[in-house]
Amino acid sequence: MKRVIVSEDTVDEALNKGLERLGTIKEKVDFDVLQEGEEGFLGLFGTQSARIKIKNPESKSEHAEMFLQKVVNNMASDLSVELIEENKENQKIVLNITGEDLGLVIGYRGKTLDALQYLTNLAINKGEEDYLQVVLDAEGYRARRKKTLEKLAIKMSKKAKSKGTKVKLDPMPPHERKIIHTTLQKKSGVSTHSEGQEPYRKVVIVAE
Amino acid sequence: MKELVEVIAKNIVDQPENVEITKVEGKRSIILEIDVAEEDMGKVIGRQGKIAKAIRTVVKAAATKEGKRVIVEILQ
Repeated sequence: MKRVIVSEDTVDEALNKGLERLGTIKEKVDFDVLQEGEEGFLGLFGTQSARIKIKNPESKSEHAEMFLQKVVNNMASDLSVELIEENKENQKIVLNITGEDLGLVIGYRGKTLDALQYLTNLAINKGEEDYLQVVLDAEGYRARRKKTLEKLAIKMSKKAKSKGTKVKLDPMPPHERKIIHTTLQKKSGVSTHSEGQEPYRKVVIVAE
Repeated sequence: MKELVEVIAKNIVDQPENVEITKVEGKRSIILEIDVAEEDMGKVIGRQGKIAKAIRTVVKAAATKEGKRVIVEILQ
């Protein structure tokens, strides 16, 4: 993260000057006001210039963290973003969102979290070659959801076997379908495949 | 809410300086219009509207706190 301190008469002027110097826009940086500008008495006594510190992300992972933090700040207060995993070999990072209004960023069956994840990946990988994959989590939501899906897979495979027919599950995004397929891969007596078009594609469990 | 759409849109397009968000506030709903450079249209809509849909999902979640319906429109 590159940090730049800028002084001008007002906060706005300092911000504009700093953004110009960095060649970026307000929506891509974060800044702290170190000192508000004071006009003083008749512009003579006690004048004080404004000082701000601008934080400009330099790497893709910093860019991702900054983008997501700015987005969630505009969704609810008291939400923060932290980098919890960085896998340089696989070009993958995991960002975790914490705070009180977590349900709001997760959404029904993780729909909002998936949308945020998709937008974050778009924001940081604009046509560049070294693609960095960003995975979003919210206080262990992904792991909890995985457990739920594994249980569902086992339950539904038993149902398919006992009835000797096929069982269709609800539509799921690709990463959730993968959990179902993987869970049932080694189970004997059933096989799985997917049917339909995204975003309504669903897993079908067939008794063999 | 306007700022939310602004942050998202300006970060996913190639020409953030040409992004304009207009807010039209009604009694029960707020309409947010996204205007981008023609070359960036695909960047905010996406294949089969996938990006537009993601933006709407995020805005809708944020709007639950507002108590108003928020509609996101992309100007053609």
